[in-house]
Amino acid sequence: MTAPETTDVLVIGSGFGGAIPAYHLAAGGARVTVLERGPRLAAADFTHSLRLGTYNRIVDVIQGDGVSVVAANCVGGGSVVYFAASLRAPAFAFERRGGLGRRIWPAALTRANLDPWYDRVEESLPVTRTDWPDVSYAGGVLAAACRRAGRTCNPVPLAVDTGRCTNCNWMLSGCRFDAKRSLLLNYLPGAEAHGATVRPLHEVQLLTPSTVTGYRYAAAYTVLDPGDYGCTAQGGVIHAKVVVLAAGTVGTPVILQRSALALGGIPSAVGRYFSGNGDRVSVADVDEGKARSLLGLSRPDGTAYQGLPIGRPITAASFDHLDPTAPEYSRFTLQQIYFPPLTNLLAQAAGPPPWFGTAKRELRARWRSWLTLLAMTEDDNEGTFGPPPLTGSATRLAPGLGLGTMSYHPTARTRTAWQRADGALREILEKDGLAQVRPWSEDVAATVTAHPIGSARLGDDPATSALTDTHELRGHPGLFVTDGAAVPAALTVNPSLTIAALAERSAPAVTARARQAGVPVTYGAPPPGR
Amino acid sequence: MTPPEFDRRAVLKALTATLTILAAGRFTPAAAAERTADTAAASASWTVQTLEAFADTLIPGERRHPGDLPIAGAVTGPGAVQAGAVDVLTSPELPLAPLLPAIGALLDTRAAAYALTHLLLLPPTSPAFVGLPFKHRTALVGGLFDPGDLDRQIWQVLSLMVGLAFDTAAHLDTRQALAGRHPGLAWLGFPAPDADGLWRFPQYSYGRALADLHPATTASGSPA
Repeated sequence: MTAPETTDVLVIGSGFGGAIPAYHLAAGGARVTVLERGPRLAAADFTHSLRLGTYNRIVDVIQGDGVSVVAANCVGGGSVVYFAASLRAPAFAFERRGGLGRRIWPAALTRANLDPWYDRVEESLPVTRTDWPDVSYAGGVLAAACRRAGRTCNPVPLAVDTGRCTNCNWMLSGCRFDAKRSLLLNYLPGAEAHGATVRPLHEVQLLTPSTVTGYRYAAAYTVLDPGDYGCTAQGGVIHAKVVVLAAGTVGTPVILQRSALALGGIPSAVGRYFSGNGDRVSVADVDEGKARSLLGLSRPDGTAYQGLPIGRPITAASFDHLDPTAPEYSRFTLQQIYFPPLTNLLAQAAGPPPWFGTAKRELRARWRSWLTLLAMTEDDNEGTFGPPPLTGSATRLAPGLGLGTMSYHPTARTRTAWQRADGALREILEKDGLAQVRPWSEDVAATVTAHPIGSARLGDDPATSALTDTHELRGHPGLFVTDGAAVPAALTVNPSLTIAALAERSAPAVTARARQAGVPVTYGAPPPGR
Repeated sequence: MTPPEFDRRAVLKALTATLTILAAGRFTPAAAAERTADTAAASASWTVQTLEAFADTLIPGERRHPGDLPIAGAVTGPGAVQAGAVDVLTSPELPLAPLLPAIGALLDTRAAAYALTHLLLLPPTSPAFVGLPFKHRTALVGGLFDPGDLDRQIWQVLSLMVGLAFDTAAHLDTRQALAGRHPGLAWLGFPAPDADGLWRFPQYSYGRALADLHPATTASGSPA
């Protein structure tokens, strides 16, 4: 009989929530194993192509009831395919009360308390504070329109080495030039340099108590066929003293739900309070003549704008509606963003019909003059997860397409927040006929979010939160959740930097638990690579 | 009037399995060449006409020849059919083929019901959906996406594929699609890559301050 497979610390998922604790635990002396369901790709593997079979190897769209979630599926997780906007959440976001009527975040967490951890992440990735010469034509149109409407607009800090960046605008496909400072370039190689093992195409299905003396948890995993993730090549079980669950907001609650019986029950907040971060996408159809006459914009080739596909996908945002004194559901960031034409189906013309037909086709002819905008508002954490599928976080229908178990039906408060953001966009961009702005249609994909959070969240109240303020699953010592699932409520900014800062903050508590479990590990490693 | 008997879930899975096959790379140029001949032979078929008419309703194009019935001729210039939407759907390489008649029949059943309730006379020589004038095709398709529609997910996936064919040339490498003047990418004005097949934009910014910064911006560029 072969010896059971063991590790000190098992990390499930290699995105921000997994890679960061993996680095600190490995650097501190623990045996760390990272299981990642997706493949491992590097710069040379990332393609500039929209052919099916390329980007959808590493990005999934998970369709639920009333919601579609864009989620990563590769070593490095979201950091590989995201647009690297690296903003700290405003202080008021931590004070939100939402539908609870009392503070949602744990008392131990405020913006001021998280700031040192934000500092650490910004140094480690690192994050670049950008300036106007970094802002794309599209970001420039938003900025100039904001100024003309009497508002402010900021260049967005990015986890990008702007010196290496070619402004190719293929960030969703992974960075071909290693300019995006994904986890493939910092925390993950840092962890591996300290002996951590990262195993791609290993999908954890179930957590149970361990039967091996000295080990607390066992994880059953399947090894996926790289050519078809729906096929299983083999399976296995690994035993660990401490588990860091960071399978993503759509993956983590599903693993816990499937494991509920074996673990002797899980907190009722697992699979509840799912939020899309209040994401709301709109497309502005910019009048080129007005961009020149009203905004005074001109490119070197003489055109005024026509720059949608050019430059980094996120470069500018307005913070004007992040007023801490304003009531909840009225605060939001308005951010310029680019999506590849994969999402063109969702844009709405004057219509009718708005999203298909002749008027929509004419709108497509002006594609280069579109300005795509992301409003990140305050939603109501109204999403829930149904019973888990047999394996995986969603039923795999095709590479890059899954059928999820989550439901999300926006409440009146969420709708109100969206309407306020829509109104602000119209005030900025429709002034004097500069553009026509319309939100994406909900007919084809319902609510779309690339920022799922909250499905196993932090808090002080056991009834409405799954995790303690140190990210430990209530009632399950040594089982931590450190990914987007832990973020309690919509942040009004892109969540990646906050997820990363929370993961940094969790590392001392994970280390302490590991030490209690007999692992000779210490906390205090410098930023990776230093 | 009742829809034909078939398993909606099977159709949905087959539709998405189409994506699987595409993604698995079996969509080779050689296969595409064979398919052109097959498609021509099949173009008269009921199902293909119905699917073409559906694609043409989403992204209309001009008629390929006088008397082209599936394409309503609502516009001049290319549409989803020219961009290869139905070519992808009808490819013999795809496991979808056996189910397409059921999908087409479902759409035609909806069209026949629509014609009855709107007192429209349909020509018996073409599928019911093809027999609808463009404005009625448009109205019918709009209704397929009502939140209560039982088959909504089928139409959502079909629409997604039609959109991907036009907007991204999903069956082709983007560089090759641009070199071949793919009608959808050309319609969008999708930019061309450098000679090595990678995109770079040396000019990408107006390069000057275009707004005042928010007064509460922190040292790292975040909101306070």
